[in-house]
Amino acid sequence: MPDTAAPAEVSVRAAITRALDEALEADDTVVLLGEDIADPGGGVFGVTKGLSTKYGSDRVRDTPISEQAIVGAAVGAALGGLRPVAEIMFMDFLGLCLDQLANHAAKLRYMSGGLTPVPMVLRTAVGGGLQVGAQHSQMLESWLTHVPGLQVVVPSTPTDARALLHACISSDDPAVFIEQVPLLQRRGVLDDTAVALGVADIKRAGTDVTVVTYGRQVHDALTVAESLAADGPDVEVLDLRCLAPLDEDAVLESVRRTRRAVVLHEAVVTGGFGAELAALISEALFGHLLAPVLRVGAVPAPLPYAKNLESLALPGPERLRSAIGRVTSYGG
Amino acid sequence: MTKDLPEPDTGAQFTRACAENDHKVHLLRQMVRIRRFEERCVELYSRSAIRGFLHLGIGEEACAVGVLEALLPEDAVVATYREHGHVLARGVSMRATMAELEGKVEGCSRGRGGSMHLFDAATRFYGGNAIVGGGLPLAVGLALADHLQGRPRVTACFFGDGAVAEGEFHESMNLAALWHLPVLFCCENNLYAMGTALELTESETDLSLKASSYRMPSWEVDGMDVIAVEDAARHAAEVVRTGGGPHFLELRTYRFRAHSMYDSDRYRDKAEIEGWKSRDPIPALVERLRASGVLADGDLERLEAEVDAEVDDAVAFAEAGTDEAVEDLERFVTSEPVQRLASP
Repeated sequence: MPDTAAPAEVSVRAAITRALDEALEADDTVVLLGEDIADPGGGVFGVTKGLSTKYGSDRVRDTPISEQAIVGAAVGAALGGLRPVAEIMFMDFLGLCLDQLANHAAKLRYMSGGLTPVPMVLRTAVGGGLQVGAQHSQMLESWLTHVPGLQVVVPSTPTDARALLHACISSDDPAVFIEQVPLLQRRGVLDDTAVALGVADIKRAGTDVTVVTYGRQVHDALTVAESLAADGPDVEVLDLRCLAPLDEDAVLESVRRTRRAVVLHEAVVTGGFGAELAALISEALFGHLLAPVLRVGAVPAPLPYAKNLESLALPGPERLRSAIGRVTSYGG
Repeated sequence: MTKDLPEPDTGAQFTRACAENDHKVHLLRQMVRIRRFEERCVELYSRSAIRGFLHLGIGEEACAVGVLEALLPEDAVVATYREHGHVLARGVSMRATMAELEGKVEGCSRGRGGSMHLFDAATRFYGGNAIVGGGLPLAVGLALADHLQGRPRVTACFFGDGAVAEGEFHESMNLAALWHLPVLFCCENNLYAMGTALELTESETDLSLKASSYRMPSWEVDGMDVIAVEDAARHAAEVVRTGGGPHFLELRTYRFRAHSMYDSDRYRDKAEIEGWKSRDPIPALVERLRASGVLADGDLERLEAEVDAEVDDAVAFAEAGTDEAVEDLERFVTSEPVQRLASP
C-alpha cells in the first residue's frame, strides 16, 4: 500500500541522532566515543542523547578530555575491526588531534600498501554564528581537504545528514562529518533517499549563475536566490554535500550551463576550499566563463564575540547578493 | 616469579631442559638475524640501494626478540620507525622486509612504506610508525576492539624514552588504565631522545614511576638480557591477556649506532658507548650458552653462516624485485579509486 502521508519534518539534530541509532542497532562493531556523549547529557548539543542508555556505556563511551587519545583510539579500533564514530566537541579542537587524523587515519592504508583500512568517522561541531568566540567557531574544512585520504562531509538538510552519516560509517575510509551548530535546529523533510559520498545536489535549478556552496550556507544561498527570482538573475544553488571526494563533474556541468560561478562558504576566504573550487572551474572552463569566479566567505580574522562584529565577519546574504550582482553585470 | 617444584620424573626434566636449551639457541638466532640484517642495511645504504631515513636498532635486539617471543600469533604489535628487529622477530620474512627497504612491490608494504613503515597483515603488525608517540593511542584502540569483541588478545606497543615526553603518551596511558585495556606498553629506554639525553628531556627520569602514577603495574627490565626480557614479557602478557589491565615494561637498553644514518652522534661519550658495547646482548648470551654447554665449538659459526645465507638470499630477492607500476601511484589512498574527471 503506497504511503500517502506527507513526509515528516524533523531537525538536522534528530536526523543525525537517528542515523547513529540506526547504525548502532544494525552493526555491533559501531561504537561511539567522545567527551560527555553519554547520558544524561548526551553530548554538548544533545546529538547522542539516549544512545548510551539504549546501547550501554561500553559502546557509547564517555572519554577524558584527551583529543589525541580519542581520535587515535578510534583509528586503532578501526584497525582492530570496529567502526568507531568519535566526537570532537568543536572543530577548533582539531588542532589537538590533527596528528592522528592527518598522519595516521589518512595515511595508514597507503603506507601499508593497502593492508590497513581505517573505517572511522569523526563528528565535529562548529559554533560560528552563536557568539561562542574565536576558539569555538572556526570552519577548518580546508585543513582536512588538503590531506589525501580523508573524506570530508558537510550536510545541509536532515535527509542528507542522515544518509551521509550512514555512508561515512559504512565506508572503509576515514571520514570527517561536520555539524554546524546553528544548522542542528533547522527542520526539514526526512526521507529515505540514499546519498553516496562525493555526489553533489542541485538544491535550486537556475540558468544565470551557479552558487557553489555547502552546509548551512546552502540555506543562505536559497534565500538570496528566491529574493532575486522576481526581477534578478536566475540563480542555481549547487550543494556539494561532500568536499572530499569532490563531485567535480557536477560543479563543471552546472557552471558550463550558467557560465558564471560564485563560491560561498562559512570559512575564511584566504586559503579556503573556495580557492580550490575557483581553480577547478577556471582551469576547466576559462574561455567559456562570462565572469571571473568570485569567492564569498568569512573575513580573515578570528571570529569575534560581539554580535555586531561576528555578523560582519561571517558571510551573510548581503555579500552573496553583491557577488552575484558583480558576476552577472561583469563587463556590462 | 616462583620456581617450579622439582619433578620426580627425570625423563620429563631432561626433555624440558632440552626444549629450553633449543629455545635459548632460537633467541640467539633471532638476535643474530636482526644484527646481520641491519649490518647489511648499512652496506646497502652506502651504495644507495636503501635511501631515506634508516634507524638501526643494533644493540637493542634483546628488547624486540624477548617481547615478541612472549606473544601469540593472534596478538597485535605497534612499533616505531626503529622496527626492523621487531618485524623480523614477529616472523615477517627477511625477504619481504629487505624488499620493502629497497622500495620494491614485493616488500611487506609494497614499497610504499620503506624502513619506517613496515606492516604485515598475517602477523598483525601495525607499523612502522614514524611519529614519536603516535602509536600509543593506536594500541589503545586495537585493545579496545579486542576488549569489546571479547577476544583474549594482547596489543604490544613499542616506543622509546623520547615518546614519554609526548602528550600522546600520557593520554594513552591514562585511557588504557582507565578502561582496563589489554595493552603491553614496552618502553625501549635507550637513554636518548634522538640526540638529547634523558636527564635533559625528563623532569622525572624514572620512567616506570610515570606508569605507576597511572596505576599501571610496571617493571624495569635489563634490556640487554634477552632471557630477562622474555621472562618479564611472558609474565606481563599473561596477566594482560587474562584481564589484568595494561602493563608497562621499561626495557633499559642502548643503541650502539647513531639515531639515524644522518646523525653524526656527537652527543655521546665514547667511553659510555664502549661501556654499553661490553654488555652486547649477543655475546652475553653466547657466553652463557657456551658456559652451560648448550653451544659447542663450531655451533655459533654454523648459526652465523646460516644467517648470512638468509641475508644474502633476502638481498638477492630484493634486488630482483620489481618496481610498483607507475599507474598505481594513487592506489590505496582510498579504498575505491576516486572517479576522475576526463580532461576538458
